[in-house]
Amino acid sequence: MTEVVVPPPAPPASVAAIDAPNDAGHALVVSWQLSPDDANADVLQGYRVLRSQGGAPFEEVGIAAPGQNSFRDRVPENGVRYDYKVVSFGPGGVGESGTAGAESHFQWFNKTRISSFVIMLIVCGSIALNIMRAQAGQKMYIRKIAGMDAVTEAVGRATEMGQPVLYVAGIQDMDNVQTVAGLTILGSISKLIAEYETSLVMPCSRSLVMSTARETVKESYLSAGRPDAYREDGIYYVTDEQFGFVAHVDGLMVRKKPATCFYLGAFFAESLILAETGNSIGAIQVAGTAMPTQLPFFVAACDYTLIGEELFAASAYLSQDEKMLGSLKGQDFGKAVAMVSIFVGGILTTAEGFMGWPVITWLNDKIHWLWSGG
Amino acid sequence: MKRTIPILITAVVGGLLIAAYFVPAPFLASADRLIPDFFNIIAAFAFVLGGGNLLRVHLTKISRRDHEWTYSVVTVVGFLVMLLAGLLKLGTGEGGAFHWTYDLADGRLLYDALYQSVFTPCQATMFSLLAFFVASASYRAFRAKTPEATVLLIAAFVILIGRTFVGGYLTAWIPEPFSEYLHIPNLSAWIMSFPNLAGQRTIQMGIALGIISNSLRLILGIERSHLGGGD
Amino acid sequence: MGFLEALGRLDRRWIFLLIAVSVTIPLLLQRPAPVKPSPIVRNLYTAIDALPPGSKLLLSLDYGPSTVPENDPMAHAIARHALSKDLKLYVMTIWATGPPLITNLFETVIVPGFPGKTYGEDYLNLGYKVGNQGLIQSLTSDFRNQYTQDVGWGDIAARPVGQIPMMSTIRTIKDFDFIAGIGSGQPGLKEWVQFAGDPTGTPVGGGVTAVEAPLLYPYYPTQLVGLLGGLAGAAEYEALLVENHPEFGEAAQVALIRMFPQTVAHLVIVSFVLLGNISYFAQRGRRRK
Repeated sequence: MTEVVVPPPAPPASVAAIDAPNDAGHALVVSWQLSPDDANADVLQGYRVLRSQGGAPFEEVGIAAPGQNSFRDRVPENGVRYDYKVVSFGPGGVGESGTAGAESHFQWFNKTRISSFVIMLIVCGSIALNIMRAQAGQKMYIRKIAGMDAVTEAVGRATEMGQPVLYVAGIQDMDNVQTVAGLTILGSISKLIAEYETSLVMPCSRSLVMSTARETVKESYLSAGRPDAYREDGIYYVTDEQFGFVAHVDGLMVRKKPATCFYLGAFFAESLILAETGNSIGAIQVAGTAMPTQLPFFVAACDYTLIGEELFAASAYLSQDEKMLGSLKGQDFGKAVAMVSIFVGGILTTAEGFMGWPVITWLNDKIHWLWSGG
Repeated sequence: MKRTIPILITAVVGGLLIAAYFVPAPFLASADRLIPDFFNIIAAFAFVLGGGNLLRVHLTKISRRDHEWTYSVVTVVGFLVMLLAGLLKLGTGEGGAFHWTYDLADGRLLYDALYQSVFTPCQATMFSLLAFFVASASYRAFRAKTPEATVLLIAAFVILIGRTFVGGYLTAWIPEPFSEYLHIPNLSAWIMSFPNLAGQRTIQMGIALGIISNSLRLILGIERSHLGGGD
Repeated sequence: MGFLEALGRLDRRWIFLLIAVSVTIPLLLQRPAPVKPSPIVRNLYTAIDALPPGSKLLLSLDYGPSTVPENDPMAHAIARHALSKDLKLYVMTIWATGPPLITNLFETVIVPGFPGKTYGEDYLNLGYKVGNQGLIQSLTSDFRNQYTQDVGWGDIAARPVGQIPMMSTIRTIKDFDFIAGIGSGQPGLKEWVQFAGDPTGTPVGGGVTAVEAPLLYPYYPTQLVGLLGGLAGAAEYEALLVENHPEFGEAAQVALIRMFPQTVAHLVIVSFVLLGNISYFAQRGRRRK
């Protein structure tokens, strides 16, 4: 019987260490050329990455699988030199590389995000410019949003019928921009509610939303000159749990029969459950969300639906404040840039297939890069 | 003053977070990490506020014998039972943190038992209401009143049937070159992949721009409807 | 009021009743539906099928009890597929409601179906962590910083990741060969694409509820390898799995069986929509006269 002797794996070559780019420091990238035995699983099982600082003994910081030729190491200090060694290992022993070292630093700009930066400059710049134009007294045209035009009628109806207005600002917390949009619209609508002397019922699925909504409504009642009519109890917390919340709101609708229901914020599967119940009690329903999956349900079951961006525009629309309308105009410029890019990109990609001119490929690549988020 | 401070906080935090996306400097990176943590901490405190509010609202209703006060009793009891079961780890078998007389045969927590036997079925029940409401909403909404509504109706038909095996059988007779588009499951996939996709992307782009514009209004302090409006 | 007019104003409770009946009866019959897989599902199946043995698959169960009937069959089918291909299965969740789902996956699929597989060597429970998409994002730079230990399973207590054989080569999300997200909302599969798949280039696929599916189509096929949309998607995956692995038998046909009631319900809805339109046109015709 002969014993098979496995030789130790050949060491990896050309070990190099560099500062990891585009980060806050504390990271180095160690790279190496694979060992000639890399593909032989009987001889080489992987690579150990060893680190040393200031002449201290080398310590293992990680293991790389066969075929892997780089390793990202988190280091404790910026501006301190760390030395690395990479050791291939297998049943027959180890193969040790030479050493290489580097220091980590943070970078002032993440170069992988230049295109995002350019897009941000274009969009935010045009928004800021249009706000300034509006401030300078230029009139801004904004198309009609039927759902918001109907708000006065909807609140008026609740007053006539002597029934409350139900307001749901979605089921997400204050860190969701749709909830914030829902509450800014609440600011305008609650002013109207105060003026029309109707009551407001607002169950909240997050306690922070409840606190914010109370402040918003209180301020609106104050600016409508009716602080005495404000009732804090009308805005209350139910539960964070999605369907628990829906069960409550459904029950509330069936029992209290609000004349008008507003659903403005982030909604999930509960959208249709709420809207169908509202429909069954004959309420006027105005919904708005930027959740694309829930839009069809709201459109099917509500009288008016604010689709996506209209939710964010609604507050500006209701206030008719020139500066806010200016921001919508700027947003339209961003949309125009996107439309032109899609159109030109489509034509260029088609042309590329037919002609293969390098200039077309170059242009197409540039458009692609601009929208790549990189 | 009451409005200036919130607007100032929004401007500073918003500006910092935008800068942190582009500048990987350590102090900004830690702001990027810490600010969401602050939100979570505030939200945790708010949770206590929420629980307190829930109890206050319902206990007031019970004490006043308000209309339908009995529902409030159910709410308060449910809240307290779940809260205590979770906090005190009631019903734990060997090795648990707290031993009480309540002991489930398999040594599980009462909290888990309630979760699985009460909470889960209740959740599933509410969710399954959707099936019924989808039926009644589509019955009402899908009427071929206008040309656009007719297109919507036809698309709905194709998707509804295409998502079942019946669609395949109904159009199995269509010969090869035509079946690529006219076979109902293929047609359904085509609607989802092209017209639906185009619509979804457009809506999402509009939403993204809407979010940018809305956020910028908040950061610049132009949007103040949530603070009562005015200057 | 004529019959057609009455039909147009049908009380919705009749619709509810018919839906209930049309779902209950086929559900009791327990027959698998003859489903044909679509390309988007086949792509996911092929991608997982093509992974060499020993590849690392991260399975994230990001849903709650309410969507278990739709999501569980997806998660179970992918787990079965992965283990039958000798892949290493890492299970986690970014939803607080997720941990019982992982336990259920282990109890009902892995332990009875794969007695030869060992916890910690072939499959692992990483449990729930707070942080939503922020957590996903941080996993791209450091996985072990977030997951310092596993959750353990049965008699095996939680261990630091340094002692778990399966974790020895995991440093960041890039070390996984495939990310499969099963979800029903936010955060979910979309966030896995945006924050893990896209920035690192790790292939991502998975399944979502039917309602959520249109939201994921824009990412297919470049950023999303394949998608199981709702119960139909799960059933198609099961059909492929059962076709290639008949040994799994009826246990792997949950969605296929549930597709029957869903089909009948769809047909009932289609009939109602048809009746509604007939009634509408009849009334319009009468008014014109």
